[in-house]
Amino acid sequence: MISCAEAVRQLWDYLDAVLDEVDRTTVEEHLRRCRRCCGELEFAVELRRFLARAGGEVIPTDILRRLNDTLEELGP
Amino acid sequence: MGPVHVARTDRTESFRTLVRGQLPRLYSIARSLVGDDAEDALQDCMLKAFQRFDQLSEVAAGPAWLKSILIHCCYDHGRAKARRPSQVDFDEAERFSLYRKIAYEDPFPYSDSLHLDFLQEFGREDVRAVLMRLPLLYRTPLVLVYMEGFLVKEVANMLAVPLGTVLARLHRGRKLFEKQMWEYAEESGLLRKDAR
Ligand SMILES: [Zn+2]
Repeated sequence: MISCAEAVRQLWDYLDAVLDEVDRTTVEEHLRRCRRCCGELEFAVELRRFLARAGGEVIPTDILRRLNDTLEELGP
Repeated sequence: MGPVHVARTDRTESFRTLVRGQLPRLYSIARSLVGDDAEDALQDCMLKAFQRFDQLSEVAAGPAWLKSILIHCCYDHGRAKARRPSQVDFDEAERFSLYRKIAYEDPFPYSDSLHLDFLQEFGREDVRAVLMRLPLLYRTPLVLVYMEGFLVKEVANMLAVPLGTVLARLHRGRKLFEKQMWEYAEESGLLRKDAR
């Protein structure tokens, strides 16, 4: 089994789904058996949710209007 | 009105249709990348994209094409204000773990969900302020992958860089973000609770 340090180092790549199958399997196996990494895993998942919530800002109507004005002024 | 003129008008109209549908998404990206310069970056993006609209081979590729033009416009705007990478201590950030730092410093001694409590101290504006402390080069993949939900592969295409480069910047960006989260929390008094 890989060490906790190694599992934690690959944790985000694992969550980002960019690990190859071999690495993914070893990380998954570690996380299944290790209690110590649970906190790190939970926090990484929470931090990703936290960032996702901070995105998707709605465009203010005055800015949208000005951008649409520019769009209308574009010459043929 | 000759046929050439009609064709050119159609072209302008299809450009407008493409951009109109994308404005909310483009704004959200620009806002996270360059903050208050978002509107200016978007204006630049529309003008540049219109000039190059002939280079777009298929309409289906339009949204991704617009986003890569926008990101380059954001780079132009961000460059003037950007912190130079030399001002950032990457080695220190690489060793930093927000998870361990919170556990060690224990800012909320009476809490049994310490790490969640820490994150809950941050409002949307706080997150933006932390992001703006990062060099734009590292802020970009964080915003596109974690806030806007693009795949790492899609971001590599948008930035026209290899996948490995995006992964390396994403890793470094995350580390810098974790470190800045902690520093921001300390500096802005988010951890000073009456209940402490
Ligand atoms: Zn472990």
